[in-house]
Parts: sequence; C-alpha cells; structure tokens
Amino acid sequence: MNGAGRSYVRAAFAPVEPPPPAHGNAMSRFAASLFATPLNFAMTALSVGMILLIVPPFLDFMIFDATWHGTSRADCLPNAGACWPFIKAKFGQFVYGFYPIDERWRPNLAFALGAALLTPLLIPSAPFKWLNSVLFFGVYPVVAFVLLTGGNLDLRNFFLGRFIDWQAAAGFGLAAGLRWTFWVDFFASAFVLTTLVLAGTMLLGASLRTAFVSCVTLFASLGALLLAVDLDFGLRSVETHAWGGFLVTMVVAMTGIVVSLPLGILLALGRRSELPVVRFLSIVFIEFWRGVPVITVLFFATYMLPLFLPSGVSFDTLLRALIGVALFSAAYMAEVVRGGLQSIPRGQYEAASALGLGYWRTMSTVILPQALALVVPGIVNNFIGLFKDTTLVLIVAIFDLLGQLRASFSDPNWATPVTLYTGFAFAGIVYFVCCFAMSRYALFVERRVNVAGRR
Amino acid sequence: MTSTVDTIGRTPVAIDMVGVHKWFGEFHVLRDINLRILSGERVVVCGPSGSGKSTLIRCVNRLEEHQRGQIVVNGTELTANLRHIERVRQDVGMVFQQFNLFPHLTVLENCTLAPMQVRGTSRKHAEEIAMHFLNRVRIPEQANKYPSQLSGGQQQRVAIARALCMNPKIMLFDEPTSALDPEMIKEVLDAMVHLARDGMTMIVVSHEMGFAREVADQMVFMDGGQIVETNTPKEFFENPQHERTKLFLSQILR
Repeated sequence: MNGAGRSYVRAAFAPVEPPPPAHGNAMSRFAASLFATPLNFAMTALSVGMILLIVPPFLDFMIFDATWHGTSRADCLPNAGACWPFIKAKFGQFVYGFYPIDERWRPNLAFALGAALLTPLLIPSAPFKWLNSVLFFGVYPVVAFVLLTGGNLDLRNFFLGRFIDWQAAAGFGLAAGLRWTFWVDFFASAFVLTTLVLAGTMLLGASLRTAFVSCVTLFASLGALLLAVDLDFGLRSVETHAWGGFLVTMVVAMTGIVVSLPLGILLALGRRSELPVVRFLSIVFIEFWRGVPVITVLFFATYMLPLFLPSGVSFDTLLRALIGVALFSAAYMAEVVRGGLQSIPRGQYEAASALGLGYWRTMSTVILPQALALVVPGIVNNFIGLFKDTTLVLIVAIFDLLGQLRASFSDPNWATPVTLYTGFAFAGIVYFVCCFAMSRYALFVERRVNVAGRR
Repeated sequence: MTSTVDTIGRTPVAIDMVGVHKWFGEFHVLRDINLRILSGERVVVCGPSGSGKSTLIRCVNRLEEHQRGQIVVNGTELTANLRHIERVRQDVGMVFQQFNLFPHLTVLENCTLAPMQVRGTSRKHAEEIAMHFLNRVRIPEQANKYPSQLSGGQQQRVAIARALCMNPKIMLFDEPTSALDPEMIKEVLDAMVHLARDGMTMIVVSHEMGFAREVADQMVFMDGGQIVETNTPKEFFENPQHERTKLFLSQILR
C-alpha cells in the first residue's frame, strides 16, 4: 500500500474527444449485419426469397397487368391485373353511398370544413387553438349535422309541452321551419327549470351567481343548438338510409373518436374515484361494454332497443349505431387512460393538493396532461381499431365503404374475375392511408410530448 | 373559523395539535401528539425512521387524516370539511423529500400554476411573483427549463420557490435534503436559513443537526409515534433528558 506509485494527482484535464469512427464503409457494415453468422445468412436468404415471391406479382396485379382505361367489364376482361375503371365508375358510390347526386356538394362541404378546422388543430404551432377547438368540437358537429341531414327537425315538445298543450293555449303555428309552440315551451321550461335550480341553490346555501350563470349558459347553448337544427335552411332532407360509403365511415369514426376520448377520461377518473357510488357505476359501465362484442352492441342497438322503448319513440338507425360505437370505444378508452393515471406517482397528487389545487384542477392541470402523454400510443391504437371497426356497421344494414364496395360487386356491368380483388385492394389502400396517417401523427405527438422536458 | 385565532401573550398560535392519534390500518402511527407552534416559530422534528415524523407534518395540511384529537391551523380546525381543508392548504406550503415538481411544466409554470388556478392571479402578476421567489432561491436563470434539466439541489430550491409563490403563512419541510447528493445539501439549507431569518413559521423534519442548531426555536424528538422530548436546541443537544433521546443523539452526533 505504501509504494510511491500509489499517490497520484492529476496535472492536466484530459480533453474531450469525439468518438472513434465506425469500422469500414457502408457496404461492408451492411454485409456484416446481413451475413455475419450462418443463422443471419439463412434469415437474409429467407427474407429475400419472400420478397421475390410476393412483390413482383403484387406489382404486376396493381400496375403492370392492370387495366387503366375503359367503360365496362369488356375492357377489363383481357387483362389479368386490377380493373381500375371499375373503381373510377363506382367512385361516387364508394364516397357518398346513395346520397342524392345533386346534393353531393353538402358532404363535400362538410368534408372540406372538417379538414379546414382539423388541420390547424393538429399543427402545434398554429395559432388560436382555443377558438379552433371550440369551432371544431362545438360548432362543426352541428353544422355538419345540418349540412348532411338537411336540419329542419320540426321539434314539437321540449319539456313542459308534455304537460301543457301550448297549441290550444296560444294558437301559434309554424313559421320558418320553427314551431312557435316548441319555442314558447323551450323558454317557459328554461325559465321554470332555472327558477327551480336557483331555489335549490338557495336552500343548499351555494353561490347563487354561479348557479344562475351556469343555467343561463346551459340553456343559451342548448337553445342555439336546437335553433340550428330546427331552422329551415331550405336544404332538402336526406335520410341517413341514403348515406353510405366513406361518408359513413368518416361519420362513425369521427363521432366515435370525438366522443370516446372525453367520455373515456371521465370514466377512468370515475373508476379511480374515492366516492363508492361513482366508482361502482364506472366499473359497471366499463365492464359491461368490454364484456360484449361490438357486433352484439350494434345488433342490440338496432333491433332490440326499439322493443324496449315506448311506442312512438324512435331513433335513427345510424344514430343508434353511432351511440353504440361511441360508448363501446369509451369503455376501452377508459382503461387506456386509467393505465396512464396509475403510472403517475402519488407525489404529484400530493404536491398539487399541498398547493391548494382542488380535485378537478389537480386532474386537469397536473395529472391528466402527464397521464395522457404517457398513453398516446394506446389512445391512437384505440382510434385506429375504432376506425376499422366502423366497418362492422355493415351488420345492421348501414353501408360504409366496405359495405358499399360489396354491394357494387353485384353489378353485372362490371362482373369480371378481378373485380372483387380490385375492390378490396382499393379499400385496403384507403384504410391503410387513413390508419398509417394516424399512426405517424401519433408518433410525432409522442416525440413532441417527450421532448417537453420529461425523463 | 379564522376569526377566533388563539393567542398566547401577543403571539398568535399557528398550529395547535391536541391529543392527536392516527392509525394506518392496525398500526398506531401517531400516539397522543400534543404540540403547539407559535407564529414565527421554527420547529425541527427528528427521530428514527418510522417514528411518525413525516406523518405528523402531513397531518398539518391533511395529506393524512387524523382519527382522534384536534388539529387547528391558523384558527381553522381540520375536519372532513373540504372548504376548511382548502383554506388551510392555501396557507400552508410544503416541500417534499422527492421534490415532486410537475415534470411537464417549466420551472416558471410550476411556480405560477397554483397562484393562477387557486388565487386567480393574472399570468403577468403570477410571473412577477414567481421571478421574485426564484431570485430569492438564486435560480432565476433556470426559469424556462424543465425540472428534469436541473440538479437535485436546484429542483428542491424550485420546490421551495413554488410553495412560497402561494404566499403561505406556514412552511412544512419533509426531509428536504435526504434525497440530495452531499454537495447540494448546503444550497438548499441556505435557502431555508434565509426563509427562517425572514420570520416564516416552519416545521422541518430533518437530521441536519447543524441546521437545527442554527435556526430552530424548538426541537421535537419522536419515537414510536410519540413525542418523546421537546426542548430548545441548546438544552436538547447539550442536556438531553430522556434515555431514548440520548441514545439517538449519540448515534447521529459522532
């Protein structure tokens, strides 16, 4: 232990140097990674074989042997490849279903508006995020609804109308697509309900001003919503039976996505709530929807629900499917979000509590931003699954893109040996483009939230 | 309620704990705690691990609920009443062993979050307050970084600034230096000494005996969920009375 060599004091700092360069050129490194061992060699050979087996016939079918121009099956019959004129001829049907041809500008406008509002929402640096969100999540669904269905719902009863016959009492009629009786009913009901709420608030000793403002806001937005769907804009009414194709796919998927995330978050919070009733109800809801297949849900909503509803009450078939799909995916979303919530350390809750933040503020400003960022892959996984599951509405006679496609196979004018394959190739491309886009965007979001200073 | 603040002589009582008991399941973690802390007093709590020190101070802002006895903080009794709990928490700042900064927010946002959300302070004013306290803990230049980019000592100083931004009347420190590298302990203790000199009411769970000697008005020694001995630092260190205290001090002061 006591040699002179044991004592050492550094005289100068060792300089910081760049790492040594990798061995060899790109080619030799490539070869090394593909043919390093016999096993590597075998796997490389196998992969190359697979590629040679699959890719050339695929390209032949899709491009080289395909028919590109024509007007009927006769043009496609001589070629072994895809019959693209079939897609071209049926394209309108694939996109709009049986939506009336001279009304197709309405779904077009709805698509364009949606894209115009969604694109800046997805670009993090675009300004006016708050306004943009309100427009997309609050206003756009109503506008799209009116555009697609034609609006003018001809509302009759709001609340008090069930008990009072306004028509007899006031003798009002119909004007501008609005029944005055409904609106008299609405305002009277709003007034009565607000008064009741204020009375209740007074009894409980809570803030009167808050209660009043909440009531007014609620009824004002409800009124605006009802007015928008009730007004006669002169649009021809288009029943949802006539909708189809990509339009239905988008409507079902977008509704599912937009409804399932907030509902899923609420359910996840409910499942972790300290209030036993809330927790119990959330668990029952989630486990119920997770326990039944989506096809059962759609069947139930379409064919069995009407049996349980009082006679005279009927929902649109598409609306029922929409609600079924949204609730179903909300249950799945809830479990994904719960996974995120559970991975947030207890210290975060404690620090927020110690600062005086209440439950909702803690959740919205501290816990959820972190939890949701952690489960972006799971959330997008659900979105993609939902997008593809929309095709199951076929079961209840709603024709989405795939349904419309299958319907078009029976057209004798396009009956060729390759029609079926061409159709499915087209559907495959459309679904892949949509899902891949979602997946790439998710990757971008994931990187972004991770860059924001974590780990 | 707030209007009936107890006083002893002229100094108001900040925290009054009377006959407090708490159980974790079957485990009796706090046993008959009686402690009165006056406004402006600095109390250092020490004791072996598992003696209930952390649980004791976590009862002061109701991160833990006591099951028997009475805890009154700034005249507000802690009961199941959520409004009372909120009021107490707004007046009591806390610093944790693991910092518990919000990793998704910058240092500045960590500091402005609660004043803006809870007190309704405007962003501009909240940022001014935040910069003031970041200056006081000597890291204003880190304001726009994220917590993960800072050293442990810097993070803990941000945690102190974050608590101070709510303008608390009482500060609780739960082993604030135990998770720090040795070289970083001093910068955090310095910030706490400054705070003590400004007259903040503080309860500090710590084994930093040098710090205790320097700032404490009162030492509290706990073992087995009970307060074994309380005394002035001078008496506590030089003339401990209880056998358990003597043993403890002989173990940590070598």
